[in-house]
Amino acid sequence: MATYILKRFLQLIPVFLGATLLVYFLVFSLPGDPIVALFGDKPVNEAVAAQLRAQYHLDQPFWIQYLLYLKGIFTFDLGQDFSGRPIAAVLGEVFPVTARLAVMALIFEAVFGIIFGLIAGLRKGKFFDATVLIASLIVIGIPIFVLGFLLQFTIGVQLGWAKPTVSSAATVQDLILPAIVLGLGSFAYVLRLTRTSVIENMNADYVRTATAKGLSRFRVVRVHILRNSLIPVITFLGADLGALMGGAIVTEGIFNVPGVGNRLYRAVTQGEGPTVVSIVTVLVLIYVVSNLLVDLLYAWLDPRIRYDA
Amino acid sequence: MSSAVQFWEQGSDLERPLLEIKDLAINFRTSHGDVNAVRNAHLTIMPGETVAIVGESGSGKSTTALAAIGLLPTNGRVAGGQILFDGEDISNASEKRMIELRGSHIGMVPQDPMSNLNPVWKIGFQVRETLKANGLPSGPDDVAEVLSQAGLPDAARRAKQYPHEFSGGMRQRALIAIGLSCQPRLLIADEPTSALDVTVQRQILDHLDTMTTELGTAVLLITHDLGLAAERADKVVVMYRGQVVEAGPSLELLRNPRHPYTQRLVSSAPSLASRRIQVAKEQGVESTDLLAPTEPVVVEEALPEDVLKVEDLTKVFKLRGALGRSTDFTAVDNVSFSVKRGTTTAIVGESGSGKSTVAQMVLNLLAPTSGKIVFDGVDTSTLNSRQLFAFRRRVQPIFQDPYGSLDPMYNIFRTIEEPLRTHKVGNKASREKKVRELLDQVALPQSAMQRYPNELSGGQRQRVAIARALALDPEVIICDEAVSALDVLVQAQVLNLLADLQSNLGLTYLFITHDLAVVRQIADHVCVMEKGKLVETGSTDDVFDSPRQDYTKALLNAIPGAHLMLPPEVATA
Repeated sequence: MATYILKRFLQLIPVFLGATLLVYFLVFSLPGDPIVALFGDKPVNEAVAAQLRAQYHLDQPFWIQYLLYLKGIFTFDLGQDFSGRPIAAVLGEVFPVTARLAVMALIFEAVFGIIFGLIAGLRKGKFFDATVLIASLIVIGIPIFVLGFLLQFTIGVQLGWAKPTVSSAATVQDLILPAIVLGLGSFAYVLRLTRTSVIENMNADYVRTATAKGLSRFRVVRVHILRNSLIPVITFLGADLGALMGGAIVTEGIFNVPGVGNRLYRAVTQGEGPTVVSIVTVLVLIYVVSNLLVDLLYAWLDPRIRYDA
Repeated sequence: MSSAVQFWEQGSDLERPLLEIKDLAINFRTSHGDVNAVRNAHLTIMPGETVAIVGESGSGKSTTALAAIGLLPTNGRVAGGQILFDGEDISNASEKRMIELRGSHIGMVPQDPMSNLNPVWKIGFQVRETLKANGLPSGPDDVAEVLSQAGLPDAARRAKQYPHEFSGGMRQRALIAIGLSCQPRLLIADEPTSALDVTVQRQILDHLDTMTTELGTAVLLITHDLGLAAERADKVVVMYRGQVVEAGPSLELLRNPRHPYTQRLVSSAPSLASRRIQVAKEQGVESTDLLAPTEPVVVEEALPEDVLKVEDLTKVFKLRGALGRSTDFTAVDNVSFSVKRGTTTAIVGESGSGKSTVAQMVLNLLAPTSGKIVFDGVDTSTLNSRQLFAFRRRVQPIFQDPYGSLDPMYNIFRTIEEPLRTHKVGNKASREKKVRELLDQVALPQSAMQRYPNELSGGQRQRVAIARALALDPEVIICDEAVSALDVLVQAQVLNLLADLQSNLGLTYLFITHDLAVVRQIADHVCVMEKGKLVETGSTDDVFDSPRQDYTKALLNAIPGAHLMLPPEVATA
C-alpha cells in the first residue's frame, strides 16, 4: 500500500512538468502583445515597454522563459503578476475562497444527491421517483449560467433570502447561493447515480439474504443497500472536487466571487503567463491528488480492491 | 394429484404440520399483465421432516419457497390459497410479522454462495447482525461458535475475513451458519449446493443433515436434482409449470413415478446407471432410451490417430504475497494425455484441480510454463500468428456460461456469423446459408436468427454457442463445463446433440467437467485431476467400474443418488 502511494506521488512529477509546459506554451502562443495591452488606449512608451518585457522575461525565447519560470518555482519564487504583486500571495488569496466554495458545493450535492437518489431508488416508478427524475433532467439540461442568473435574480434579488453577490471576504454565508448553483449539475448526476446503484443493489441476492435473516427494513437499507450503493457515488464525488474547483469560473463570474476562476480569467485575458501557469498547475495538482484520495477511499469502501505496488 | 394430497393429510393426524401450503397461487405483474407462476400448490411439512420440491427452472419451486418466507420479488404476490406456518396464515402477513418470523422461526440458505454474502462486510459482521436482529447474544465468541458449528475451521480468525477470501464451499458453510444461527424451526434451502463441486456438495449436505437432525429443524429443500432430493428428503414434491404434479415418499416416487413429467425426470437423471450415449445409439436403441443402462459395445475407431497430445504440461502461477513477496502456485503439474480423433476425452476434477487451466493452454489462450501441446503433429507453442489463426479455426471452445459467453448486443445470426466473417469465409449469401444449416444442426428454428440472447432459454443459448463453435467446421471442440449450468432435462438434450454431432461430423471433444454423471454419458476416456496432477486415466468404463484411486472413488461416491439403485425398467418407463 505504502509503495503504491509513493508510486502515485512520483507520478505527480511528469504530470507537473507536462501541465506547466503545455499551459506555458498555450499562453505564450496567445496572439497580441500583453505589454502593449497594458498601456490601454495610451501611446506606448517604448522604453517602459522594453523595461517591462525584460522584467517579465518576455524578450526571451520560449524555452528560456519556461526554464526561468521553473527555476523560480524551485526557489519558491513564482514571480509577480502585472500589478507587481507576488503570484504566491495571489494564490494564497484566491485558492481558499474557491476551495471553500467547492467544498460547500460538494457537501450540498453529496447530501442532497444521495438522500434524494436513495428515496427515488427505493420507490422506483412511484410519484417521487418520477418527479425527481424529471427535475434532475431539467437541471442537467439547462446551462449553469442560466440557472445561476435565474437563482440570483429570484432568490437573491426578489425574495431576498440570500445575498445576490459575494463580499470580498467571501464568508460561508455569502457563498451558500453560489455553492448551490455550482453544485446543481453534479447534484442531479449524483442523484441519478445513487438511484441506479440503489435499484441495482436492491435486487442483489445478498439483500434478499439479509432480509431472510430477519433484519429490519431500515437496517437492510442502511447496511446492505446504501453502503454498497455509495461505492460508485463516492468515486464520482472525489473526482468532482477537482472539477468543481476548475469549473467555478462561470459561477464566480455571476456572483462576483473573488476566487480562482475570476483571477484566472483576468490573467488569461491579460496574457500573464506565470500567473496562468501557476493557477492551472495548482488546479492540476489538486485534481491528481483528489483522484489519488478517491482510489484510496475506494479500496477502503470495497475490501475486494487491493492495490499492489 | 388428489391422492397425493390425501397422503399428506393422513400423515397429519398425530400432530400439527409445521408448514402447510394449501391451494397456493402466485402471480407476477409484468408489462403484459399478470402471469400465473404457481397455482394449486399443496405441500405439508411436519416438524423435523425434510421435504424436497423438485422441478426444472421456471417450474415455480423457488417461488413457492420464497412465498413461505415472505420474500417474493416486488412484482409477485400471493393471489390465492394459504400458507400456514404452525397454524398461522402468513400468506398475507404484515412485513412486521414476517420480520419477527424470519431468522428465528424460518431460516433460509440461498442458492449461490458467491452472490449471497455482502462483499463489503466481514463474515463475522454478517453473522453477528443476524444474531443481534433476533435478540441472541452476539459477542465474538458466539459468532465463532455459530460458524464452527457449520463446519468452518478456525472460525474466530475466519470471522474477520471478507467473503472474497472464502472458497465457494466455505461461503456456503457461512450461509448455512447464518441460516441456522437462530435455530429456526423451518429451514428453506434453495438449491443450497448446486453451485458447488460434487465432493464439497456431499460434505455440506451431510453437515446440513446432521445439524438439522440435532436441532430438530424441518427442511424445505429446493432442487432440480431428483437423485439429490431422493437421497436427502423424506418426501418429494414434483413441480412442473407452476403446479404440483406428483408428491409422495421419496423412494416410492422414484421407483414408481406416475406423472409423465416425473417419469421423464427419473429417466434422464444422470446417474451411474447411465451409459455412453453414442454407444447406445449404435445398438439401435430409441433416442428416448439413451440414458438407459445397456451393455457397452467396444467401438473400433477407423482413425486411431492422436489428434491432440499433451506432454508433461506444467503451469506455474506467481501469487502475489504481502510486501511484494511472491509464491509459486503450480496449477497444472506434469500432465500428459492424448486424445484420439473422433473420440471424447473428459478431464474431471473439482474446482481448483487445474482442469480449466489445461483447457486454456490447449486452446492456446495461456502459455504453459513447461511441456508441450501437439495438435495434429505440430507443437502449438511454435505457431506464428498466421498459423495460430488457422489453428483457432480447427479448435473451438464452448464455455460453461451460456449467459456470459454470448454478446447481448448481437442477434443470433450475427453471433454465429461472426467467426465466419472473422475468418473471411464465403460471401454474405453463403454465410447466411451456413448459419441456417448450423441452426438446423443444433435443432434451433431459423426464426431464432433475428432474436437476441436474452430472449432465449439457457438450453437454447447453449445450442447457439455450439452452433457458433461449429461454424468453422473445427476438428476439435473444447467443452469447458458446457452443460453444467443447464437443468437436467436440457442437459440430456444438449449431450444427445453433442453425441449426434460427433457421429455425423467426426468431431473430437475434450470435455472439462466436474460432473461425473455427465462424463459417464459422453466420454470414451477419462482423465481425473486432483490439485494439478493427473491421478487416474483410462477408459470411462474402467474408471467407473473399477476406480483405482481413492480420490476417484470419493468423486464417484459423491454423486447424489449414486447408491439408489433403480431397477432398469423404471428408467425406461
